[in-house]
Amino acid sequence: MNPVVASITYRAMLGRKRIWLLAALPLALLAIAVLLRVFGGGDESTAVTLMQTFAIGTILPLLGLIAGTGVIAPEIEDGTIIHLLSKPIGRPTIIFTKFVVAASLMAAFSVVPTFLAAYLLIGTEAGIATGFAVGVLFAGIAYAAVFLLVGVLTKHAVVVGVSYALIWEGAIGGYVPGARKLSIQQWAQSLADQLSSSPFLKTDVALSFAVPAMVIVTVGAVIWAGQRLRGLSLTGDE
Amino acid sequence: MSVIELKQVSRWYGNVVAVNDVTMTIGPGVTGLLGPNGAGKSTLLHLMAGFLSPSGGTATLDAKPIWRNHEIYRTIGLVPEREGVYGFLTGWQFVQSAARLHGLQDDAAERALDLVEMAPARDRRIETYSKGMRQRIKVAGALVHEPQVLLLDEPFNGMDPRQRMHLMDLVRKLGAAGRTILFSSHILEEVERVAQQIEVLVAGRHAASGDYREIRRRMTDRPHLFRVRSSDDRRLAAALIADTSAGGVSLTEQGLEVRTEDFRRFTRLLPRLARDLNVHLWQVSPTDEDLESVFSYLSGRS
Repeated sequence: MNPVVASITYRAMLGRKRIWLLAALPLALLAIAVLLRVFGGGDESTAVTLMQTFAIGTILPLLGLIAGTGVIAPEIEDGTIIHLLSKPIGRPTIIFTKFVVAASLMAAFSVVPTFLAAYLLIGTEAGIATGFAVGVLFAGIAYAAVFLLVGVLTKHAVVVGVSYALIWEGAIGGYVPGARKLSIQQWAQSLADQLSSSPFLKTDVALSFAVPAMVIVTVGAVIWAGQRLRGLSLTGDE
Repeated sequence: MSVIELKQVSRWYGNVVAVNDVTMTIGPGVTGLLGPNGAGKSTLLHLMAGFLSPSGGTATLDAKPIWRNHEIYRTIGLVPEREGVYGFLTGWQFVQSAARLHGLQDDAAERALDLVEMAPARDRRIETYSKGMRQRIKVAGALVHEPQVLLLDEPFNGMDPRQRMHLMDLVRKLGAAGRTILFSSHILEEVERVAQQIEVLVAGRHAASGDYREIRRRMTDRPHLFRVRSSDDRRLAAALIADTSAGGVSLTEQGLEVRTEDFRRFTRLLPRLARDLNVHLWQVSPTDEDLESVFSYLSGRS
């Protein structure tokens, strides 16, 4: 961890209007929860559906994309990263710091709203709020690492990230059961299922697969990104 | 005293060769890297700064490899051409962050800020700065750790004359103090005024090397091509070809084209001949005076 790198990254992510990019979707989730509560849709099945489709299915990957790529890709794109790279700091340290920043943003902008939204609907019933909050926390960390790596690997990080979340996890995962095994969203659901006793929540990736997979993907992505940044070529204007 | 050494360094992007088999040693003092736009100056600087891997050859700083070695940044300060500065930081925050990334205290940042005379604007966001001010704040950021080696990519671009003079003074002083300084430029006058040593890069090749007198001489002592229009081109041509300074004369629709090997002799000869022959000169224009042709001449010769 390097505090200077962290503070510059936080400023870049949260400064001025940038924060709304992170805050808009979680606020929408909370707004939906409030509306459901007010108009009497606050039952367990609705809560689980909202968590599955919106909290995990939409907000989690999109925030992962915004936070994971946002902490590094724009800096590589406009060359400002030179300020950090031209200093006697190991590049894996820079990556690790950026990863911690992205993961902390995920915790603040996806875990907290997820818990609150579920709590608003059904309180602590069946451990749904806690289950999904924990699931989103670990999945958010994994997303942060993966999209950070994508941001270092390619200029088209957003396209790649959206393709993974929408096409692989969203579409292919919906029809091909095997693809679900390689889905961060499914791992989040496995964790949530473990902590929740709700009968409405069914997952088909075993926890014994999901947890090691999450750890390996997260650690692997951060290490790979660190090595990749060591060999990053920056081209001049010519 | 630090030395950057390139040995047969090449760098290509796909099929495009940006730097071709360059061998040079940059030692203490100020060195100017001169070349037209697109000659590969930025690529060469990036290779020296550890932001590009050589496709061939080796780049070392004090005999240690530059690529994939972040320890070199204790010795190197870099001022990139691209506006590599966070617009949302104030000038002070930018320089302070540079100092802290080097593990230095605020006094180092204060000193660097004073050195480039940016103290008055220190609390403004960098995005409100003019191009010249951004340039100076980047220089301050590169100087916080008082590096032995300073690399500057087109540092005088976008500066007003006063800022330019000030930075030139600073660069000269640092060079006189024994630092190793390399800056790139496409303007000969700029390089002449600051650098003792000049390296010329043309189309990715190391075209010439020497002090400014040497480079200046090689740039004027070359065949010049003039276009001359007069009241009697044919008579003038006959008289010109009789003199040794004219290498070739051809009669064209647009007038005479005269190639000369001896610039000074020819420029004295022409008006004298015209007067003696009673020929009116309507137009005398050099056709290849642009820097590009000077450069391509230099590169063709070496």
